[in-house]
Amino acid sequence: MSFLQARLRSPEQFAAMQQKLRLRRESNERYVAICGDTGCAAWGSKNIRAVFQEKLDNLGVKEIAIRFTGCLGLCEYGPIVVVFPGEIFYQRVKEDDVEEILRETFLKGKVIQRLLYEDPLSDKKYVRASEIPFYRGQKRLLLGKHWKIDPVRIEDYLAIGGYSAAVEAFSGLDREQIIEEVKKSRLRGRGGAGFPAGLKWQECYETPADKKYIICNADEGDPGAFMDRSILEGNPHSILEGLLVGGYAVGAEEGLIYVRAEYPTAVEKLKLAISQAEELGLLGDNILDTGFHFKVSLSIGAGAFVCGETSALVASVEGRVGEPRQKPPHLAENGLWGKPTVINNAETLANVPLIFRLGSEGYGRIGTENSRGTKIFSLVGKVNNTGLVEVPLGMTLREIIFDIGGGIKEGKKFKAVQTGGPSGGCLPESLLDLPTDYEDLNASGSMMGSGGMIVMDEDTCMVDVARYFLRFLKDESCGKCFSCREGIGRMLELIDDICEGTGSPGHLEFLQEVARAVKDSTMCGLGQTSVNPVLSTIRYFEDEYRAHIEESRCPAGVCKDLIRFEIDKELCNGCGACLKSCPAEAIEGERKKPHGILDWKCTRCGICLETCAQGAVLKK
Amino acid sequence: MINFTLNGLDVAVEKGFTLLEAAKFYGIELPTLCYNEALSPYGACRLCLVEVGIPGRSRLVSSCTYPAGEGLYVRTHSNRVIETRKLLIEMYLATCPGSKTIQDLASKYHVTRVRFKQKHEECILCGLCIRMCREQMQAKAIGFVERGGFRRISTPFEKKSEECRLCGGCMYICPACQARCQGPQEKSAVCNACLNLSPPCLERFDEMMCYMDPCVACEQNSRGEKSER
Ligand SMILES: Cc1cc2nc3c(=O)[nH]c(=O)nc-3n(C[C@H](O)[C@H](O)[C@H](O)COP(=O)(O)O)c2cc1C
Ligand code: FES
Repeated sequence: MSFLQARLRSPEQFAAMQQKLRLRRESNERYVAICGDTGCAAWGSKNIRAVFQEKLDNLGVKEIAIRFTGCLGLCEYGPIVVVFPGEIFYQRVKEDDVEEILRETFLKGKVIQRLLYEDPLSDKKYVRASEIPFYRGQKRLLLGKHWKIDPVRIEDYLAIGGYSAAVEAFSGLDREQIIEEVKKSRLRGRGGAGFPAGLKWQECYETPADKKYIICNADEGDPGAFMDRSILEGNPHSILEGLLVGGYAVGAEEGLIYVRAEYPTAVEKLKLAISQAEELGLLGDNILDTGFHFKVSLSIGAGAFVCGETSALVASVEGRVGEPRQKPPHLAENGLWGKPTVINNAETLANVPLIFRLGSEGYGRIGTENSRGTKIFSLVGKVNNTGLVEVPLGMTLREIIFDIGGGIKEGKKFKAVQTGGPSGGCLPESLLDLPTDYEDLNASGSMMGSGGMIVMDEDTCMVDVARYFLRFLKDESCGKCFSCREGIGRMLELIDDICEGTGSPGHLEFLQEVARAVKDSTMCGLGQTSVNPVLSTIRYFEDEYRAHIEESRCPAGVCKDLIRFEIDKELCNGCGACLKSCPAEAIEGERKKPHGILDWKCTRCGICLETCAQGAVLKK
Repeated sequence: MINFTLNGLDVAVEKGFTLLEAAKFYGIELPTLCYNEALSPYGACRLCLVEVGIPGRSRLVSSCTYPAGEGLYVRTHSNRVIETRKLLIEMYLATCPGSKTIQDLASKYHVTRVRFKQKHEECILCGLCIRMCREQMQAKAIGFVERGGFRRISTPFEKKSEECRLCGGCMYICPACQARCQGPQEKSAVCNACLNLSPPCLERFDEMMCYMDPCVACEQNSRGEKSER
């Protein structure tokens, strides 16, 4: 790419180059997007790419590009291959299919029916990606770019208008204007608390200092969440652009991306992106000769959940133990190395270029009054279509879970959805029409958090769910505050009792009392929100707790100490299947005669229930 | 000077004061376990909690680490503070009943029962010893290792430290082991042998912040009954 090698020396040069790239791209939109993200990579997408490359080389075809992209969604149906023009969506593509795709679809323009996505609910086949119900309901302003760019090629990002927001910012706008624009867009932090990004920038901008920092929080410690990773890996330049705009606005000349070591691909992509931007002169000293200096470096975290908290993050970057500290002083006054610092979540920063592209008004039209723009949710659990979904804020939980997610797996009944990551809350069916709005979610005892969304069906025990999240938080607490370290452990102790059937009638009230004290007395967000899984499940599923305590019964049949397996003597034909499969050797019986379970040996693993073809094993 | 409201009084303290220092300066006592005047504040024990902000929009913060700020509205003995603090003390008792400091706190703040399962730990991880070693002895021989429930105090790499001069400063300052309580038996967590103080607050008089029970002035106790004394 000859015209990409030279360092750009002015905004005009930048605009000219971008124009050239755009025209070239528009004149040839023939390419194949192969999803290269973890899910599809596990399905073998790397080999698919290799085969595509080989076949194209053999044919001597140059004008068909291969883009090895970030996550395209619908991870279950990988490897995913999308043919452009036409946006023809092929799923579960195998190496043997490649030649056919090239021959039929690219050369003859024919669609291969066999590879199309078939909706499991309606059995209908779809050709174009945007028609598939999973995508149709979404508004993929951020994720949609993944289809168009190969993250290792800066020219792809430039060709779709990349970096123009940043260049516009530092070549033409005042710092106040930028902050005003972001404030007007009402962009709120996507990392958890939902603090208005513009206000945060303003505070930092207004604090006088010789040096300031801007940090991208890409720690992403919530289990099961991968929206930030998806952006980092699929479109790293959008984060750099967000950092550039933010850095210029607050007056920082140094940006930092704090990313966890468990994200090696993201680290690799970011490193490459930074060096590409530096070579072009979009990062570094005197960018485009505008007098603005900005460098970006990476800081690799060791993966502690608590290091996502801003003051712990700063401690970790400085090489200290990752422990939060009391605020104030806020980071805008006293942050990294004692200097004013802004920390934005990765998704928040990726939204910034969008605001400039759409205009703060255009951007502000998406979403609800208090929650503007789109949000990426990581939709997982007992739902048919799992994966990342990006929707306008304010879409109801029902629309996300049923329209986009395709409803509950195996036709089971919906029971609850857990939003907001490990310290979010569980919301029941009666709240399915709740809009995903920061305030509404908080008021219902859950939160937006970073956008985790775990769907649970009727076979889930809510007490057990609370126990699961408490266990996670107990391990991830930094241990500084007595109330968090000991408090979470004590709540877990009480819940353990309840799950084991040894809870007393006072347990529930006491648990709530402890939860309130922990929430009130802990310093950082981890401890303060650690009680959400407990309080929200008690609030909406109190009956279930009571059944455990008062009747020693687990209604969902999950808590091992409260269930028993029995064999129905009438139904059992003595085939011996259960006897052979029982790992605890807890089943006895002669062939052709009814078997029995030795309760004292049984570990409640449930394997007998799964193996019995007669349906003679009963869970009680 | 920083002007703010402390328990309804307009007060002024020097810039840089924490809320704990300000409260002390005005003669208000707050319990502490991880605080020592000679060491940097750490905010780990959470006993020095105070309520900051106007009722309805307030939150609890550790006063030892919270800087006094212009116009703050601070209450040191609101119901919310007292209830939370009592529960914390109960949790301390359930965790570390062998410490006289904690037993004394229990009596002083009228914690007379323990509903948690009993543990018998030696250390409350307040970090005083670490700060003592680092800040006063300049030795940095000990520090925290691991996190969450596994957190403990140890020497670097868990080896015998060459930095340690065996000065004993860590033991001197430890609130958990410096004075062992003789009172409690293994089975019961609460000693309360030295329970010689009145309950610190009347719930009904939260906003008035009256700590007398029975009240010297109206001779009523916390249940609103006339005192028999
Ligand atoms: C325990 C804890 C963990 C957090 N983890 C993350 C994280 O992994 N990623 C993130 O962006 N924010 C995380 N946050 C939120 C940050 O503290 C902070 O609010 C956010 O990075 C600010 O950026 P935003 O305003 O753009 O959301 C965490 C907060 C807490 C209390
Ligand atoms: S004295 Fe303030 S938290 Fe311990």
